[in-house]
Amino acid sequence: MTMLEQAVTIALCALGTMAARFLPFLAFSEKRRTPQYVRYLGRALPGAVFALLVVYCLRDVNVLAGSHGIPEAAAIAVTALLHLWKRQMLLSIAGGTVFYMILIQVFC
Amino acid sequence: MQQKGMRLRALKAAFPLTVPIFAGFWFLGLAYGIFMNVSGFGFWYPMLMSLVIFGGSLEFVAVTMLLGAFAPLQTLAMALILQARHLFYGVAMLEKYRGLGWKKPYLIFGLCDETFSINCTAEIPEGVDRGWFYFFVTLLNHLYWVTGSTIGGLVGSLLSFDTEGIEFVMTAMFVVIFLEQWKKEKKHDSALLGLGASVLCLLIFGADSFIIPSMACVLLLLTALRRPIERRCGLL
Repeated sequence: MTMLEQAVTIALCALGTMAARFLPFLAFSEKRRTPQYVRYLGRALPGAVFALLVVYCLRDVNVLAGSHGIPEAAAIAVTALLHLWKRQMLLSIAGGTVFYMILIQVFC
Repeated sequence: MQQKGMRLRALKAAFPLTVPIFAGFWFLGLAYGIFMNVSGFGFWYPMLMSLVIFGGSLEFVAVTMLLGAFAPLQTLAMALILQARHLFYGVAMLEKYRGLGWKKPYLIFGLCDETFSINCTAEIPEGVDRGWFYFFVTLLNHLYWVTGSTIGGLVGSLLSFDTEGIEFVMTAMFVVIFLEQWKKEKKHDSALLGLGASVLCLLIFGADSFIIPSMACVLLLLTALRRPIERRCGLL
């Protein structure tokens, strides 16, 4: 690849990303009231999206081979329990991550 | 003076929420910078790409693209497919980002997974300016990502401490945010529907191509079940 081709490739990656981020805002301008259906989606989507993001993070976990996803499941349980107990975001995230690192480095 | 105090208050409210992202972005950014370095690119590549693309998964894929033959259409298609989930973030933030003036284009530019998660769920404290709060969350995350990947690109393969497993910090963060969202809702129709649809699509389509089918399923189900969900969840 020449320097120019590299620059075009990077620019196209940026363009694709920005298209996805800007499109909803361009489609529904501030001047007009957002349609009821889209407002409903805006309020209903977050729940589903965060579930999708968790699954997205775990997409490469294989429950049939290797460590069978046990370290991931255990660390998610630790994270969730810590959070339900103390409800300190940083503590839950750090606790779950350190627990996972120990599991992976010591046992796997 | 007034303006300065307002900005400082917003920064103070925003910073603690971005600390987990700092940890995650420095690790992932470092890994990305190192990956580019060992692939033969100078540090200005990860630096520039993190600055203008600001989207982790695509930037990793872009390394492979840059090493291959020039294929502009394929590159654009790949970028659109990988980043399509951001369409949902925009729809969810339409009302929250309304009327924020000059900050708005930057907020939309920086609407990555992590920034969206914070800005969508954060309870902004009384007396803190909404626009500046969103702005600082976005800016701090952007800074973490750019500095992390630049350092990775600079030091390259010199690093050798045992950080195996630290990438779990992102998963843990999304689990916590999922729980926060869960506690905020009276009924969990949307969360359960999203969980079911994405697990099912992951099993059917596999790790590399389940996002778009999952989005389609979620959209279809939310649309088909609009009346009952609005009634049950008090979204009317």
